[in-house]
Amino acid sequence: MVAFSLPANSRIKQGKTYPAPAGAKRVRTFRIYRWNPDDGANPRMDTYEIDLDTCGPMVLDALIKIKNDVDSTLTFRRSCREGICGSCSMNIDGGNTLACLKPIEDITGAVRITPLPHMAVVKDLVPDLTQAFAQYRAIEPWLKADTPPPPDGERLQSRKERAQIDGLWECILCFCCTAGCPSYWWNGERYLGPAVLLQAYRWIAESRDEATGERLDALNDPFKLYRCHTIMNCTDTCPKGLNPAKAIGAIKQLIIDRQV
Amino acid sequence: MTKQSNSPQFDILRSQLKRVRGLGSSHSGSQAWWAERLTSIALVPLTLWFIASVIGLEGATRADMVAWLHAPVPLVLILCLIVTTFWHMELGLRVVIDDYVHNNAIRIAMLLFQRGLCIIAGLFCVIAVLRLGLWEGGS
Ligand code: SF4
Ligand code: SF4
Ligand code: FES
Repeated sequence: MVAFSLPANSRIKQGKTYPAPAGAKRVRTFRIYRWNPDDGANPRMDTYEIDLDTCGPMVLDALIKIKNDVDSTLTFRRSCREGICGSCSMNIDGGNTLACLKPIEDITGAVRITPLPHMAVVKDLVPDLTQAFAQYRAIEPWLKADTPPPPDGERLQSRKERAQIDGLWECILCFCCTAGCPSYWWNGERYLGPAVLLQAYRWIAESRDEATGERLDALNDPFKLYRCHTIMNCTDTCPKGLNPAKAIGAIKQLIIDRQV
Repeated sequence: MTKQSNSPQFDILRSQLKRVRGLGSSHSGSQAWWAERLTSIALVPLTLWFIASVIGLEGATRADMVAWLHAPVPLVLILCLIVTTFWHMELGLRVVIDDYVHNNAIRIAMLLFQRGLCIIAGLFCVIAVLRLGLWEGGS
């Protein structure tokens, strides 16, 4: 059954506090989830006070500031710091988003940061995305075509055909949506989740891909696809402004279209 | 919330791809999903009609009720309402059980039980209506 409380070894304890340096003027408090697999201790919330005058504007800037100047043990993923790589997805102020795109100014009160919910934690803010990426691999996210490519160039696409994958290709696989989907929480081992289904639709909507029927066959399953109940958390939370719920609806529609 | 342990990476040495592919696609699921949509749409006019009819029958005697049910249109519509309601209920309960019950033996037992319950309850209603509408003499 669904678990409503955390197991004893996952309960979050109060952690350490790192006060702002004396003389700091614009102090903001960051409460950050910490867990180390090696020390055997329960997770804890550490508190860091940061002077915004010495820190960039985004939540990721604060995390980097903490790691550089306050506590080098803080562990998180980041790479591009501009919303393109999908590494820095985490739960900030109760919502899944990218730390590099989230302005500190947007948050009132202490900034609470935890890893993506309902994913196993590797360390601190780093979630284990093994399963989600295996699910991505399982939908075969590459062009499948029997027609050989033209000998003198690449496969072409009209402007209109290209427009059909707008709102899909922009997905950066941050898994904010998947980690915010209640259906994925309850049935993540069998349900593919919004990110992977949006990607599946990206290849179904692709004018040069010739495996549409095969792709729909693979998705027509009560658990892989139909656990989505259009709760729309995915669309609400996507930091890239994409609409996975709509893509999932389009897949369901196509599976009906070929039967009627 | 966040959880540690039972990490796919640490606990299971099976191939991750094999794990998430599972037993493959069952190539079903669209029918139940579509039927759930269609029954919910059909229930809107049927339920409105039923409410209007009940209001219209206010103060009716038992004999009036039986006479009303003897007319073909109310009889057919009420049978449609019963079948659609229990069909929709069965589909909805199935979704809830599949969502929240993760022990397979319990889940399958609950699925069979709820389906049986919906069929039996539906049959009771159908028989009751047929008895009144077909076999009991109207006056
Ligand atoms: S719309 Fe579907 S995929 Fe998105 S959060 Fe809801 S159940 Fe999950
Ligand atoms: S759809 Fe949005 S939230 Fe989901 S993985 Fe793609 S970019 Fe991230
Ligand atoms: S660091 Fe690349 S998306 Fe945030």
